[in-house]
Amino acid sequence: MTDSQTSDSETADLETFRVETRAWLEANCPPEMRKPATSDADVFWGGRNAKFSSEPQRIWFERMRDKGWTVPDWPKQYGGGGLSAAEHKVLRAEMAKMGARPPLSSFGIWMLGPALLKYGNDAQKKEHLPKIAAGLIRWCQGYSEPNAGSDLASLQTRAESDGDDFVITGSKIWTSYANYADWIFCLVRTDPVAKKHDGISFILFDMTSKGVSTKPILLISGYSPFCETFFDGVRVPKSHVVGTVNRGWDVAKYLLQHERAMISGMGERGVGRPLGQIAADSVGSDTLGRLDDAMLRGQIASFDVDEAALAACAERAVDLAKAGQAHPAFSSAMKYYGTELNKRRYEILMSAGGVDALEWESERSRQGARPRAWLRTKANSIEGGTSEVMLGIVAKRILDLPGA
Amino acid sequence: MALVLTEEQSMLRDSARGLISDKAPVSHLRHLRDSKDPTGFSKELWQSFAEMGFAGLLVPEEFGGSGLGFMEAGVLMEEIGRTLMPSPFLATSVVAASALNRGGNAAQKSEYLPKLASGSLLATLAIDEGAKHRPLQTSLQAVRAGNGFKLSGAKALVVDGHVADLFIVAARTSGSAGEREGLTLFLANPKAKGVSVERTIMVDAHNAARIELANVEVTADSVLGEVDQGAALLDGVLDIGRGAVAAEMVGLSDEVFGRTVEYLKNRKQFGKLIGEFQALQHRAAELYVDIEITRAATMKALQALDTDVAKAASAVAVAKARAGTTATRAVQEGVQMHGGMGMTDQFDIGFFMKRARVCEELFGDANYHTQQLALARGY
Repeated sequence: MTDSQTSDSETADLETFRVETRAWLEANCPPEMRKPATSDADVFWGGRNAKFSSEPQRIWFERMRDKGWTVPDWPKQYGGGGLSAAEHKVLRAEMAKMGARPPLSSFGIWMLGPALLKYGNDAQKKEHLPKIAAGLIRWCQGYSEPNAGSDLASLQTRAESDGDDFVITGSKIWTSYANYADWIFCLVRTDPVAKKHDGISFILFDMTSKGVSTKPILLISGYSPFCETFFDGVRVPKSHVVGTVNRGWDVAKYLLQHERAMISGMGERGVGRPLGQIAADSVGSDTLGRLDDAMLRGQIASFDVDEAALAACAERAVDLAKAGQAHPAFSSAMKYYGTELNKRRYEILMSAGGVDALEWESERSRQGARPRAWLRTKANSIEGGTSEVMLGIVAKRILDLPGA
Repeated sequence: MALVLTEEQSMLRDSARGLISDKAPVSHLRHLRDSKDPTGFSKELWQSFAEMGFAGLLVPEEFGGSGLGFMEAGVLMEEIGRTLMPSPFLATSVVAASALNRGGNAAQKSEYLPKLASGSLLATLAIDEGAKHRPLQTSLQAVRAGNGFKLSGAKALVVDGHVADLFIVAARTSGSAGEREGLTLFLANPKAKGVSVERTIMVDAHNAARIELANVEVTADSVLGEVDQGAALLDGVLDIGRGAVAAEMVGLSDEVFGRTVEYLKNRKQFGKLIGEFQALQHRAAELYVDIEITRAATMKALQALDTDVAKAASAVAVAKARAGTTATRAVQEGVQMHGGMGMTDQFDIGFFMKRARVCEELFGDANYHTQQLALARGY
């Protein structure tokens, strides 16, 4: 069989998959789930205390879960859909086309899952992956510490060996939704004398363990998605270490690539009405029917150019990965650009909204949804590695520029 | 379709790169410039291009071409951008071949396409009249006379205008400047009575000309496509040219960037390699990201042209706009990071800066294409 015959039959199979997928989505995605979530409260996160904001949200989640499509590309044995990379791309495209929102948002899906699939042992995979896929356990990430932000590897939370257990003492900061999470995946120092990258372990434990406490941090957006998290002699079985003890940095780095890919995706939320039309609604149009603020119109148009180009680049990144030609550090490039672009989007939205976008507590403004979202985006270029850290990674790992 | 090169396209790239880097490095352009070469490109090299099937890359096989697509044309343009090789490829093989292939009747195709494919006939599109690219502002008049037309007016930035054997001229058969209706494309002989051609030696040392037509007589057979309905044909052909120029700019940007990064790794100041300075590392990294995003946007546009030229307009606008800003940034950073050396004529970097400026104006600059996208999105 020649290459072209192989690809012809693959193309035909994919086409069949596309048609079937579209039909299934049409039949199963409730109309209410075909528009973006309006607020954080409208996002389904799963977990022991899971709450659905509406009946359609529950229906949509359960149907997708039963199909393995909360995690479409995971193996079926762990509750996934077992889709190939190409099929996954088709599913994402079809969902995007109808504006279908993700049925489940989860750090387990975006970050821990991929790391467990690569580094977890059999018991860990069997225990945790199906619960992530089914939205039964909500996870949070214990990485940053008060004195170890961008310089993550200088973290000090220590795990001391005590028989079959580690005893963990220290604190974390910027732990997203720690106050709602059931379990945490956490970086701890298991060897205090080794070089800083060489004494870190990656460990999982229940947030209801004795000695764990959290405290929300109020942000400029008026919300508290982040917490400080404290560990006071928390006992965790050694079997909960993922990968090798003291080699947790490998797992952490791998996971960060997924986190960065996820955050960079926030720049692609170009579904719904074009920014230019949203702006024209509030600013008005001139006699030629063009947005009546030439400078704003120019800013929006040049944003649109960059957003469309980034979408092409995201598509190409997936294709390169599939072809085995992707640079492992490329997610840093995407993270940098995607987050900077998302900040631009919200600056434009604020400018387009004018005084209407300044309302903070009113029905009309849906409790200040726009200004709060605008302020929230400012964290995009900080969380998961700052833009400056991303540029440093690109410079050193991709361009091979000399270290200082 | 994936946004990565297929094995065949990679092979095409490798063979083009081999030929171009061997026979036409930047020193080739420098030599043509310094010797005030009357042709402005190497005929011998063009013949090699034709023998490798490149001249007829977009010409269907039934007319003696290779019958390949715009992705492949983009692959070649990117390689041309890396060494700035002056060649009739853009004007003849991409733009004119597409105009004839898409707009030509059976007689026109069988007369011209085989000659384009063999490299024996050079052709070019004459479109711009003012300082900026504004296709609908065409005012060159085509007045009916007997069985044919008489053309009068002037065109600027006619690529390869002084060496072309055939002009494809955008003219107004009705309506007035600014209107979409009333445009018609004509095939015209540069040697015809009333045609005057002035080679414009330009900043980038590539070939271009101003042409003037004074009551130039053409027959009814010279109409390409339909009278008064040329805008759609012209849009498609221009988009093809824009996609190709974007690819040239990606190659040019990538080459300047590669040279600059090498320089950062070798040049010492204050007792350090300058590539150790974070200020320069971050600027280099930003530029890398810019180039990769533009490369993807350009591939997306070329792919769209291959799938459906009529629907490719927005993807092409995005690519040409991005390519313009990215190339401008790449050459500016290239000169700046090379310091004083970057300002010397002896060093090649300046050649890239000059070519980028021309590519930016060719078929519409970043502002033009950004504006087109806004119009397409209705705001």
